Amino acid sequence: MFLVNNVQVGLTDNVDLILQALWPMVEGAIKYTIPLALVSFFIGIIIALITAVMRLSPIRLVRAPATFYVSAIRGTPLLVQLFIVFYGLPTLGITLNPLPSAVIAFSLNVGAYASEIIRASISSIPKGQWEAGYTIGMNYTTTLRRIILPQATRVSIPPLSNTFISLIKDTSLASMILVTELFRKAQEIAATTYQFMLLYMEAAVLYWIICFALSIVQEVVERRLDRYIAK
Amino acid sequence: MLLSINGLTKSFQDLHVIKNVDITVEKGKVVTIMGPSGSGKTTFLRCLNGLELPEQGHYQFGDGFTLDFTQKLTKKDMLRLRRKSGMVFQSYHLFPHKTALQNVMEGPVIVQKKDKQIARNEAQQLLTKVGLHDKMDLYPHQLSGGQQQRVGIARALAIEPELMLFDEPTSALDPELVGEVLSVIKELANEGWTMVVVTHEVSFARHVSDHVIFMDGGHIVEQGPPKDVLEKPKEPRTQQFLTRIVKER
Repeated sequence: MFLVNNVQVGLTDNVDLILQALWPMVEGAIKYTIPLALVSFFIGIIIALITAVMRLSPIRLVRAPATFYVSAIRGTPLLVQLFIVFYGLPTLGITLNPLPSAVIAFSLNVGAYASEIIRASISSIPKGQWEAGYTIGMNYTTTLRRIILPQATRVSIPPLSNTFISLIKDTSLASMILVTELFRKAQEIAATTYQFMLLYMEAAVLYWIICFALSIVQEVVERRLDRYIAK
Repeated sequence: MLLSINGLTKSFQDLHVIKNVDITVEKGKVVTIMGPSGSGKTTFLRCLNGLELPEQGHYQFGDGFTLDFTQKLTKKDMLRLRRKSGMVFQSYHLFPHKTALQNVMEGPVIVQKKDKQIARNEAQQLLTKVGLHDKMDLYPHQLSGGQQQRVGIARALAIEPELMLFDEPTSALDPELVGEVLSVIKELANEGWTMVVVTHEVSFARHVSDHVIFMDGGHIVEQGPPKDVLEKPKEPRTQQFLTRIVKER
């Protein structure tokens, strides 16, 4: 009887802790995790687009820096990149707050990975589409913007969604440079309550919910862009 | 004379595809190019609007515009060359993310900066002319091959080119759809469009064209009025080809 009571008390305590920790974590997600991912992804896509077009250039001097950038970013760990920006740059006299540091590191990281996706998507559009653009009088840039990119967008949605979902989860690394995002909140509460399993599981579920919601958005966007593909 | 080309030469690496070919296209005339596959006829057509860059060749247009491919060409010259002709492709190459109407409007609105409403009216007229007045708002994948190719023709006409180029416009079509596309091309010929058509359709060449060129191995083997080239060919290679192609039909 005593034992049963004890467990029941423990269970209520656990539920209380989960509920108490919920708002700080959700707040961390709303204030940091999600904005950090969105802003970094947006900047990253712009970097990626420029990099992809540079890598498709026939001029070697244009291709080379883009190739170097992609190789350097893909060849080094994200955590190291984050530390270089936050802890390394101050040595050179550039001191940034945790959040801008994280945005810079994540944008550069996404830019490299997404540029490969965009490059492959552009290459996957049949050569005849370029030629059709040229024969109605378009130049390279107009054909790219009006004809190729709209079609490449549809091709790149699934892999880019993957990149975005990875990014959401990777933002947890920002906890290492003191950004008080979702996982940092979980760590802080766990440090005072010693309920590691409970709180980290709770954090995991919250990430999962965000990513699940994103995959639904992805499906909707894919369906809406389906007309962009020749069947 | 609309276009006169001298000494056109094109090779892909070591493969000489076009060997020193001369051609004159008269205004308002239809030139058909025939020949076995690999004879260089498609490459030749693509050289006419700069989709392929010849190594050598002197282009002289009726309006005084000249190009010499032994020199390095400026981007401006390339664009000017391209805008002289409209092209219809074997596999249509319609823009899959745009409706039939948007496909036709794209050139006038985006390249020629025409007023959208005017361009829309003209595009509607063109699509009506090729018999697609009830398909304007459909996407390419909702159209049959013959319908897609007719949109392709309307799209090429919309930029008001001096010269219409057709690269085997009916070769990708099911046999029962060939007629509808050929009759549109015939109609354009009657309207006085200047056209260069690469085709295997002997009866089309005989009835519609003013001048037939037979190519083989990168050379022009024989050329002249269709009556001569198609009915009384002098060259054995032309005779062989025509017998074979007639048997196949």
